[in-house]
Amino acid sequence: MAFEKYDFTPITQSIHQALIENVSPLLTTIIEWTIIGVLYLLFIAVFGLFLVYAERKVCAAFQQRLGPMRVGPWGLLQTIADFIKLLMKELITPKSVDKFLYNLAPFIVIIVPFLTISVIPFAPGLQSLDFDIGIFFVTAVSSVGVIGVLLAGWASNNKYSLIGGMRSGAQIVSYELSVGMSLITMVILAGTMQVSEIVELQRGGWFLFKGHIPALIAFTVFVIAGTAETNRGPFDLAEAESELTAGFHTEYSGIKFAFFFLAEYINLFIVAAMATIVFLGGWMPFHFGDWAAFNNVMDFIPGLVWFFLKVFGIIFLIMWFKWTFPRLRIDQILTLEWKYLLPINLFNILLMATMVLLGWHW
Amino acid sequence: MAEFSEKYIVTDEIKADEYLVNIGPQHPSTHGVLRLLTRLEGEIVHNVEPHIGYIHSGIEKMTEALSYPQIVHLTDRMDYLSAHMNNEAVCLCVENALQVEVPERVKYIRTIFDELQRLASHQLWWCASGMDLGALTAFFYGLRDREDILDIFEETCGARLTLNYSVPGGVMFDIHPNFQKSVKAFITKFRKKLPEYDKLLTDNIIFQNRTKGVGVLSKEDAIAFGVTGPTGRASGFSCDVRKHHPYSAYPYIKFDEKMGTDGDSFMRWKVRMDEMWESMNIIEQLIDNIPEGDFAVKMKGVIKLPEGEFYQRVESARGEFGVYIVSDGKKNPYRVKFRSPGFSNLFTINHIAKGWKIADLVAIMATFDLVIPDIDR
Repeated sequence: MAFEKYDFTPITQSIHQALIENVSPLLTTIIEWTIIGVLYLLFIAVFGLFLVYAERKVCAAFQQRLGPMRVGPWGLLQTIADFIKLLMKELITPKSVDKFLYNLAPFIVIIVPFLTISVIPFAPGLQSLDFDIGIFFVTAVSSVGVIGVLLAGWASNNKYSLIGGMRSGAQIVSYELSVGMSLITMVILAGTMQVSEIVELQRGGWFLFKGHIPALIAFTVFVIAGTAETNRGPFDLAEAESELTAGFHTEYSGIKFAFFFLAEYINLFIVAAMATIVFLGGWMPFHFGDWAAFNNVMDFIPGLVWFFLKVFGIIFLIMWFKWTFPRLRIDQILTLEWKYLLPINLFNILLMATMVLLGWHW
Repeated sequence: MAEFSEKYIVTDEIKADEYLVNIGPQHPSTHGVLRLLTRLEGEIVHNVEPHIGYIHSGIEKMTEALSYPQIVHLTDRMDYLSAHMNNEAVCLCVENALQVEVPERVKYIRTIFDELQRLASHQLWWCASGMDLGALTAFFYGLRDREDILDIFEETCGARLTLNYSVPGGVMFDIHPNFQKSVKAFITKFRKKLPEYDKLLTDNIIFQNRTKGVGVLSKEDAIAFGVTGPTGRASGFSCDVRKHHPYSAYPYIKFDEKMGTDGDSFMRWKVRMDEMWESMNIIEQLIDNIPEGDFAVKMKGVIKLPEGEFYQRVESARGEFGVYIVSDGKKNPYRVKFRSPGFSNLFTINHIAKGWKIADLVAIMATFDLVIPDIDR
């Protein structure tokens, strides 16, 4: 197929070959790790800044404003300026905090996106960690972030932070279930947990269409639960500003605050990317039945572009939620999860299993 | 629907699982410098103690050294969102004391301004309430339309917030030639906009879950606490000063007193939203019929009230606003007391917020429509 020519495997292979021919295997591994690490670091920093900018522009569009316009053309440099400001700000540590935990919390929070992003295939051949429990790895690792949030809430020695941290803890622990289960539903359909294979299986059609009704339910649940897991509105209780000023990160300043901020946006990207990979075919182009001409045109768009188009679509959807809905209350959030989403999910798994057994999927 | 926990009884000492949180004086949801000393157990509110006085400006005391026309200018610093109603209350009180009959034109203009001011105030209230409940976009929509009303004010009297338009004996200037046209244009536009906002918030399932059944104020309690305005009417307490003690042009027009039954946060929201429709009806009845004539009667250079006590109440956007003047016949009053609606409304908060969650406290405060300078004066 035409989009095979956008495969990144030859490039990565040739780099690997060149290294292995010239230096020792150990050094090769070290150099490769360093390159990958630096690339991810760059990606997270740049993409995080871009998402902040995108959110401000999207929010401005909903609110009949222009958003940032002054720094750079259309305010494109605004977030960079903000980032520089955050870097240069004084790191304030309040007197009565638990110093070790207070300083540890932002690092735990920022570690999560670095771990999860490693299994995400951006394009054919552009994935650093591809092992057979990829989906499981993502759900497992993304739970670590809540520890950072809880620590931040506890160690800050601020009542608002504590309430925010506790809310966040209860919320994330609950919604992990829904995220995990909707992913499991799709794993049943795919028959594998390996991320690259899941994408490959969607060559003939995205899982959202292949698995029709149960997949659609799983997708809806995943987007809702994913929004809740990233602590975004209408589930932004942990930092509900009208109640808790800034919630768990009230006492943080400068780059430590930026870590929380960045982690939130990269987590948003990861939720969108997971939805893209599992439901919308990852970097696979959109094909429609037997329309050969249409399909050929679609194939000319590189996989990287497809991936980011889908990711941005979902990110926009999640931003749309935030700027439209009022915030839920903590008991309502837990009710939504335990009384509605979880039973729906359990039923959905059953439905999907039946469907796969009877071969009702396309 | 959330359940109200009856088991929480008030005691003054802090129990083992409780802790104190100061909500305010600097806090996003108090909309001013109000401090709520809140006793919480986890998320549940056990006791709320409002501490006021952070923005006390001693307006009542200051008035004792000022002449009556000067007092008018101070009053719009109290409830700055119903500035014109406050101005009008003092003017009416002085006019009644001197038994001055103002021209019909003045009555019409004042009433139209009252209702425009009410619209502007309710606009800011609903959008800020939306923000308190987490719907940030609502805030910008509300402010956008409020701007049109402020432009109309600016056109006629030059001020946008603290109008100072009413003076004893009439209004300061005649209305702008474009006034009628721009008011009508605004109402046509606003009638289309308001259903959109209902769709955005009132019909939203999250919003309804957050407000329905939350913070119920019974009719008996509303009367006992002296709660007035939309907050009182939401509890079924008929307290509209415009209906019961009509002033200015209100006797000439037909309008409904919007009443609620449940007394919960959602009902308070609904009553105010309905009031906006009613305000537009009132303005439409008046705007084409403004009689010709003077915009003020000639008052004496130095206004001296006869000895005695005078009281005048008006319906501000928040409830019954009263002016009580004690005069000893000099050009300054002997004592002035303002009855501000926010003060009485605020102190029901401990009664109704107990047993609810901290997020509900914010929702209750939002639907009470508090303006802190109005409470502190």
